[in-house]
Amino acid sequence: MTEPQRPNPDALLAEIQREEQAAKRGQLKVFFGMCPGVGKTYTMLEAARARQSEGVDVAVGLVETHGRAETEALLAGLPVIPRKKIEYRGVTLQEMDIDAILTRHPALVLVDELAHTNAPSSRHPKRYQDVLELLDAGIDAYTTLNVQHLESRVDVVQQISGVTVREAVPDSVLDQADEIELIDLTPEQLRKRLVEGKVYMGERAATASENFFKEETLTALREMALRATTEHVDQELRDVMRAKRIHAPWRSGQRLGVGVGPSPFSGQLIRWTRRIAAAMDAPWIAVYVETSAALNEEEKKRLTKNLSLARQLGAEVVMTTGDNVANALLATAREQGVTQMVVGKPIGNRFLEFIKGGSLASRLIRHAGDIDVHVVGGVQKGGGATARRPWSRWVGADLVRDCAVGVGAVGVATAASWLLQGLLGYVAVSLVYLLGIVLLAMVLNRWAVLLAAALSAVAWDFLFIPPVYKFTIRSPHDVMMFSMFFVVALAMGHTTHQLRAREAAERRRERRASALNRLLESVTASASLEDGLARAVKEVDALFRSRTAVLLATTEGRIDEAPHSASTFSPDVKERAVAAWAFERGQVAGRFTDTLPDAQGLYLPLQTSKGRMGVLGIHFEERDTWTLDENDLLETFASQISVMIESYRAIETAQQARVAEESERLHRTLLDSVSHELKTPLAVIGAATEGLDTQLKDAGLPLSETFLDEIKAANRRLDRIVTNLLDMTRIDSGRLPLNLEWGEARELLESAVSQVENEVSRERVRITVPENLPLVRLDYGLMEQALCNLIVNAAEHNPAGAPIELSAQLDGQTLQLRVRDHGEGLVPGEEKKVFEKFYRGTTARPGGTGLGLSIVQGIARAHQGNIEARNSPEGGAIFTIRLPVETSEQPA
Amino acid sequence: MTIERTVLVIDDEPAVRRLLRLTLEPQGYRIYEAGNGQLGLQEAAAHRPDVIVLDLGLPDMEGVAVLKRLREWSQTPVLVLSVRDREADKVAALDNGADDYLTKPFGTAELLARLRAVQRRAPDGQEQPVFVSGDLKVDLTSRVVTVKNKEVHLTATEYALLHELVRHAGKVVMHAQLLRSVWGPNAENQSQYLRVYITHLRKKLETTTSGKLIQTEPGIGYRLLASE
Repeated sequence: MTEPQRPNPDALLAEIQREEQAAKRGQLKVFFGMCPGVGKTYTMLEAARARQSEGVDVAVGLVETHGRAETEALLAGLPVIPRKKIEYRGVTLQEMDIDAILTRHPALVLVDELAHTNAPSSRHPKRYQDVLELLDAGIDAYTTLNVQHLESRVDVVQQISGVTVREAVPDSVLDQADEIELIDLTPEQLRKRLVEGKVYMGERAATASENFFKEETLTALREMALRATTEHVDQELRDVMRAKRIHAPWRSGQRLGVGVGPSPFSGQLIRWTRRIAAAMDAPWIAVYVETSAALNEEEKKRLTKNLSLARQLGAEVVMTTGDNVANALLATAREQGVTQMVVGKPIGNRFLEFIKGGSLASRLIRHAGDIDVHVVGGVQKGGGATARRPWSRWVGADLVRDCAVGVGAVGVATAASWLLQGLLGYVAVSLVYLLGIVLLAMVLNRWAVLLAAALSAVAWDFLFIPPVYKFTIRSPHDVMMFSMFFVVALAMGHTTHQLRAREAAERRRERRASALNRLLESVTASASLEDGLARAVKEVDALFRSRTAVLLATTEGRIDEAPHSASTFSPDVKERAVAAWAFERGQVAGRFTDTLPDAQGLYLPLQTSKGRMGVLGIHFEERDTWTLDENDLLETFASQISVMIESYRAIETAQQARVAEESERLHRTLLDSVSHELKTPLAVIGAATEGLDTQLKDAGLPLSETFLDEIKAANRRLDRIVTNLLDMTRIDSGRLPLNLEWGEARELLESAVSQVENEVSRERVRITVPENLPLVRLDYGLMEQALCNLIVNAAEHNPAGAPIELSAQLDGQTLQLRVRDHGEGLVPGEEKKVFEKFYRGTTARPGGTGLGLSIVQGIARAHQGNIEARNSPEGGAIFTIRLPVETSEQPA
Repeated sequence: MTIERTVLVIDDEPAVRRLLRLTLEPQGYRIYEAGNGQLGLQEAAAHRPDVIVLDLGLPDMEGVAVLKRLREWSQTPVLVLSVRDREADKVAALDNGADDYLTKPFGTAELLARLRAVQRRAPDGQEQPVFVSGDLKVDLTSRVVTVKNKEVHLTATEYALLHELVRHAGKVVMHAQLLRSVWGPNAENQSQYLRVYITHLRKKLETTTSGKLIQTEPGIGYRLLASE
């Protein structure tokens, strides 16, 4: 093989993604054993106590001690989260309380017996699903598992031990484990423990020893446990080697494919393939070929089960259609790059296979080309669950009616032949019978046609072939005609049957397509979200014979308490919790799913690329099965509804934005005209005073300078008041869009100081900024204004000659800007009031508006920050603005 | 004051127009006045003034609209004089072809300095080979920069940035324009670069005595102080 000796980028990417995901997810450690009693729980508790002594927050989610004293002693020091009591048919069952664990959120949780099946009405049917949810929530988990509960080993264990294993954990769960610790014990040691009563208590020990704990069984189980662990370690090792570019045999040029059907034998095939795929480190797919033949309810159920088993075991499921199963399988295999194909050993009728051109396996082998084909033998399980179709299917009211029609038709043909015999001769009347058979084949079941053919042959022979009234045939052409009846009946029957089946499949597809089409049309024609949802709900209800609830997402990222008004059923509190779960996790939940299957309704998250729009809840009136087909269709419906909600939401947002924009524009126009009216005269006074000053100086009349200075000072004050009033209005309106920019704190402080140069002389201000302060993102215009106000305020209270101190420092992601004066400080109790609008400090000089500091507060809040005023122990007031900021290191 | 310069004042306030006349005439300007945008455009076409002072809030049309119409056929320098002090208004005016922006109330000296600055670089005028402002001297032909007659070593990027500021000395240069001309058209959102290099330039060029050579216009851009 010319496989290059370098990491494949996709594999590397997958490795990185897995690592990233693992960083967020909790770590899973599995204590793995060959059978009960090897000491898994004990070892787990020991490990947990070691972690606890390291200071890790450990909690026991659920541990079964089975009354073993040593184990109970170990459990004593660990905090246990109380179990949840579940009432079920008058019995109180105790289960792990997953919600309590999520709320408590320990760093590490212990969950014994991963393969356990939860009591009905629990959130998940299986405990391993609980554990997966805990891991998703970022909680580490320790758990225990026996090899016999591993999905891919279930068959083998049953064969070896004769014990039926009901509880199984998908191999993919074990694959997700970050660490597996094998608790190994030799069979002798284990049997010794059993005798000492350390495994099962009392009587049960003896019976257990007889059955499960036979030496040869234990040896086989031990080997399996060791192998499963090695496989996992192998996988881990390969991951490491790949990432570190260690040259190693790249095994994965291989890709496996397994043909899956409604046969009960498919389950074994799937498990077999999974084992081989894991051993070869190869990805694998399961292919289902949908033929035109309709499946009955039981077959549909089995198919769904088989496909979900394949998914659980980590296969990618591919569906295709075609009546030639072998060709369709091979075409898909080639498309998917499969190198090895797995099929079952033929167990059907040899003769039928011969007619069809060989069994599926032999046809596959003949046409496989360079694809290797594994033919796997199956063990027929007792109980009549064979791969053949049950006879009951053929015997029905329809068949009886068809046979009656067939018999009647033969009678009619006989009567006609009787009349025509004189005219045509006995040979030609056989054509009348033949015509009858051909016509019947077009309308009747093929068994009825065969019956008609047999009757026709008998009637013709008995009534017409000489010697009449005797079952004898002499001439060869009579024999030929005789057999012709059957050939025609078979051929016609087969063709018609196929045609009809194809027609039925076509009709099903047609119905699905037209339902989807109707949904699309009604959604497009809708005038509003309400209208569109009502139409969509109507379509869903009609198609699935259900009632439907639509729960829309709120702006806070939850789902609405009350269903949308278009809904045709209203989920109660319990059902809403299921819907909420589906929404939060973005996964299907409720009836016919793995999550909360006891719920009344099925809940699908409505999601698009832009996010989750809500949940679609389906409540079925009467229904026991839910097929893949229906599921696909419902999912398609859900995605169409999601897109519709999204587009209506987008329209709504655009409208709101337009209204906001319009009111913003009005506001701006008003402010502009007010500031224009107020500021223009101020500008004129200011400029005119300056001009007058120059002229007087030129004319040598400096006397009036003092008056001019008064005018200038008053003008500046008036200007500041007007500016403050306008700014306050802007801040109050809540429309203070921030124009965030990168910049330096030093620059900010310096530019604020130069802005107020006219009022506060530069020499009085001292600026302290640490060297190499990172760049920070702020609205520099607004923040400069805030600092100007603080500086002017400080200058008002500062005694002559004392400095005003400005400083900036970064404390983590918080920028602190400080302005300090050396005045009398704040009157106690005034620290908060100074920021109120129009509040004038008791020590303030006359003439201010009491707005300056509220504006500073407004600007700080617009930055999600705050401002605080307090007295310095050395006298004077300190104003501190604290802002959460983004920072960016300055390059040296 | 030997060459008479002409200035067109477009402002709806007669008081402001009168005041500007009183301020500018002694400085050797000849004044044309217009009370609204339409009239302003007509006057600009009729008299071809050397410089235009434009208010943004005009009764018949927005000042920015006047700017757009004017820029269709004329490169006459425009100084916007307005009460609007929001960054967005300033940026809009500068983006649409204004050469500089001054908010009311304003100081006379500042107004005169800005008027001189916007006229300094006439559209077809030659660049001065040597730029001097206070202690700073930039020789644009030999690319030598000195402060107090001592040569300062600038990196290529720093020099490119300084050059762009020198080309528009006295006028505000917008962030986007600086980023575009120094770092290329794709760098317009990378304002961190600019901050860092401006800091470097200031450290190298500004001495304790020179004071602020490169002024920050928050939210808009930078201005290199031009000596008189």
